[in-house]
Amino acid sequence: MPSRFRREEIRFAWFLILPSFLFIALIIFYPTIFSFVLSLFQVDLTRRAQGTPFVGFRNYAEILRSSYFWSSMGRTAYFTVVSIVLEMVLGFFIALLLNQKFRGRGILRSLLLLPWALPITVDAIMWKWIFNANYGALNALLTQTGILPAYRPWLTQGWSAMHCVIVADVWKVTPLVALLLLAGLQTIPRELYEAALVDGAGRIASLFTITVPLLLPTATVVLVLRTLDAFRVFDIVYIMTQGGPANATKVISFLAYQEAFKFLHFSKGAALSYIITMVVALFAYLYTKSMRRQIEY
Amino acid sequence: MKRTTFLNKLVIAVFSILLALVILAPPLWLFISSIADLKELLAIPLRWIPENPNFARYSGILFSSGPESEFRTIMANSLYVAFFVTVICVFLGSLAAYAFSRLRFPGKDKVLFVLLFSYMLPPIAFIIPLYQTFSRLGMLDTRGALIVTYSAILVPFVIWMMRTYFDTIPRDLEDAARIDGCTYLGTLFRVIFPLSLPGVVATLLFAFLMSWEEFFMALILTSTPQAKTIPVAIAEFSGRHSIDFGMMATGGILAALPPVFIAFVFQKYIVGGLLSGAVKG
Repeated sequence: MPSRFRREEIRFAWFLILPSFLFIALIIFYPTIFSFVLSLFQVDLTRRAQGTPFVGFRNYAEILRSSYFWSSMGRTAYFTVVSIVLEMVLGFFIALLLNQKFRGRGILRSLLLLPWALPITVDAIMWKWIFNANYGALNALLTQTGILPAYRPWLTQGWSAMHCVIVADVWKVTPLVALLLLAGLQTIPRELYEAALVDGAGRIASLFTITVPLLLPTATVVLVLRTLDAFRVFDIVYIMTQGGPANATKVISFLAYQEAFKFLHFSKGAALSYIITMVVALFAYLYTKSMRRQIEY
Repeated sequence: MKRTTFLNKLVIAVFSILLALVILAPPLWLFISSIADLKELLAIPLRWIPENPNFARYSGILFSSGPESEFRTIMANSLYVAFFVTVICVFLGSLAAYAFSRLRFPGKDKVLFVLLFSYMLPPIAFIIPLYQTFSRLGMLDTRGALIVTYSAILVPFVIWMMRTYFDTIPRDLEDAARIDGCTYLGTLFRVIFPLSLPGVVATLLFAFLMSWEEFFMALILTSTPQAKTIPVAIAEFSGRHSIDFGMMATGGILAALPPVFIAFVFQKYIVGGLLSGAVKG
């Protein structure tokens, strides 16, 4: 092992990296740090007369004591858990299906790319249009088949609005989850199943003793990525419901956006976004830890 | 045994058709909405198949000089931003990726970790001061602000992906080139780049797609047609009080065409990239 780096090589490496590094430091790291500083002051464009005094952690304390923050966290957790459970379960079944050999499998697999490729904003307007209270395709379908007697305002009823947002997310993301799980399935050697068959294990038994445990590492990685993403859900909520009706879909990112860019409470928005970042970082940390334990196991 | 295989086939067939239907029906309805007359879309009971389908809205957006042409300007913005972001990212990213893949220097792992960390940060963590800074510099509502921001966010991702691809190229080839008198940069452009072309293409496509569909930062940093991108225009469209659903659907289809086209034409590269695990959903 060479203990000394060659000077020429080091200098050249930094010459190559520095442009990217400085760029990222300027556009991402500096504002991220400044965001924290901002959260310790009271910068509020609606209360300019009071200046911008240093308030320490008061913004954080106010947020953590407020009921709107916790109910918003609750809604975000609900969205995250329900959509991820649906995506993982449906994705797993689709992956199992596509792991069989049958005609048309290739086409079906290509088709999975369609929801993935559709921009999330298009996904949102598409479902908003389908769920439309007066002219939506869902209402038309359900009344024409006699399932519902009359049209319903799906997106303006508290109990259904959140589930409409979840549908829009699940439709877009499940195919990606399926593709990733399918790749995991394909790494499981066929001999294992053959051996199980010889030993007299049924299909269900080999599903739970071979497929599920061996797929777990892939599933965990997918779970990490999805949790980090779902917790930050913003686009579909902004387009489909604007956090309504009566705050029923006001998830945490939307709350932070509103504080900062609608009410112009910059400091409070910054404090909120720092709380979100901390939660995201915590998730990332917990997951990498649990993943490491799995690998050791 | 024969019976179970028949049953097996039937189950597979039923679920395959169901899956295809669930995936295809919503976008198909969006497309039908874009070519149907508004009267038909607002009819109750709803008519599913338009009587005289026409592409008038598409030609209106793409060729007319009326109010619809605003959407054309916005599409041009999206293309402009995505193009420059891709160019900047691939240029900066491939240089850095070369260093991470091939050169030895102290602190390499730490720098790489810091870069990846920046990619994990949610945009909300830095967007407020960024907004204030752009505001002070008079750069709010310019395409430049978007290009700079997106590039900074995507560069770490590009570095990470390219490094993985560069790592797969055997060093012997490079050594041979260096013995023949090739410089470091020479080997990058003459040996590594051509050999890792599929990877470079995949990375390029991802960078393009991500800047094409980014919404959150575009919503905050832009406001008028001089810089607005398609996702923002679509969101505004669906938020108006009297929505022309046909126009909204047309905008949606136009916004979806480039990424869907890319996804299907470059399917192999895209799936490979997705599976390399570095891609956000």
